[in-house]
Amino acid sequence: MIAAYYFSGEGLGASGAMKAVVIASVNDINHEYAAKAPYFAARVQNADKSPAKTWLVFEILGVIAGAILSAALYGRLKLGIGKAPTISNRTRLIAALIGGILFGVGSQLGRGCTSGMVMSGMGVLSLSGFIGLVAIFGGGYILAYFFRKLWI
Amino acid sequence: MLIGFIIGIGFGFLLEAAGFTNTRKLAGVFYGYDFVVLKVFFSAAITAAIGLFLMNHYGFIDLNEIYYPKTFWIPTLIGGFIMAFGFIIGGFCPGTSICAAVTGKIDAMIFVLGAIIGIVGYAFTYEPLWEHLRGTGKMGKVDVAHWMGISDGTFILIMTIVAAITFFAITVIQKRVTAKRDYQL
Repeated sequence: MIAAYYFSGEGLGASGAMKAVVIASVNDINHEYAAKAPYFAARVQNADKSPAKTWLVFEILGVIAGAILSAALYGRLKLGIGKAPTISNRTRLIAALIGGILFGVGSQLGRGCTSGMVMSGMGVLSLSGFIGLVAIFGGGYILAYFFRKLWI
Repeated sequence: MLIGFIIGIGFGFLLEAAGFTNTRKLAGVFYGYDFVVLKVFFSAAITAAIGLFLMNHYGFIDLNEIYYPKTFWIPTLIGGFIMAFGFIIGGFCPGTSICAAVTGKIDAMIFVLGAIIGIVGYAFTYEPLWEHLRGTGKMGKVDVAHWMGISDGTFILIMTIVAAITFFAITVIQKRVTAKRDYQL
């Protein structure tokens, strides 16, 4: 992470790369719309290069390569569903989908996800990183009780 | 770009090797049976904070030049809570879900799909729903230590001490919880 800051001046992050993919896709499908709608416009108009060719996307490609490498080395590369033994596969997958959607929305509103905003933000002592930390972990502990059936 | 790729490999390798592709391990932090995530998370943040602080101090890097998240406290707080919901229900965060998805976890693939749906949904409802909220609570680039009225060095010292105490406390908690119940990860 220090290396990331040192060489690129950027933090780490995953939701940013997902965002870049979404923006690039929408831009490809309908450039007219992307150039006008407020969410996309700022990210499409002043970018000479495609939004997909950003630092974060390369970083995530690296993350993918790194994860596969590590899993392959330790023989963990196999299909499966991670879940508590008490719930069904269907429940787990529905929960994963809902959780993913919430994370997608939350990361956009909060300007980054756990790694991008909180961890990188804490690294440079940005106040937003610490607010995010309190909100995500604090929120998690408050909510943990209500969703305990999903996990234990 | 190549450096980004190489750093990414390191990040991905560490996430996978630390077991962060296991959703139960991630959720464990909120139920007291596994605190590895918390430990790694804080260690990384503190290492980076100390490293960047020293590099800034000795002039290897200029903290004013690098990516520095601007603080908008209201959307960050609300977004954080939404992400807390997302985590407790979905069991991943974006970084770990990508690692888990590419190493064969089906639930993680669904999570990534959900996150993309969420971002698309957000993007297409941006103007009526989110645009105003996202800009509220604007504080600019705020340093947490200066905000509290202390120096960066003092803050990092306090943060390190707090982390050390926390690590000790969670080791105690974890022993108790695993003693009570044997979790199959």
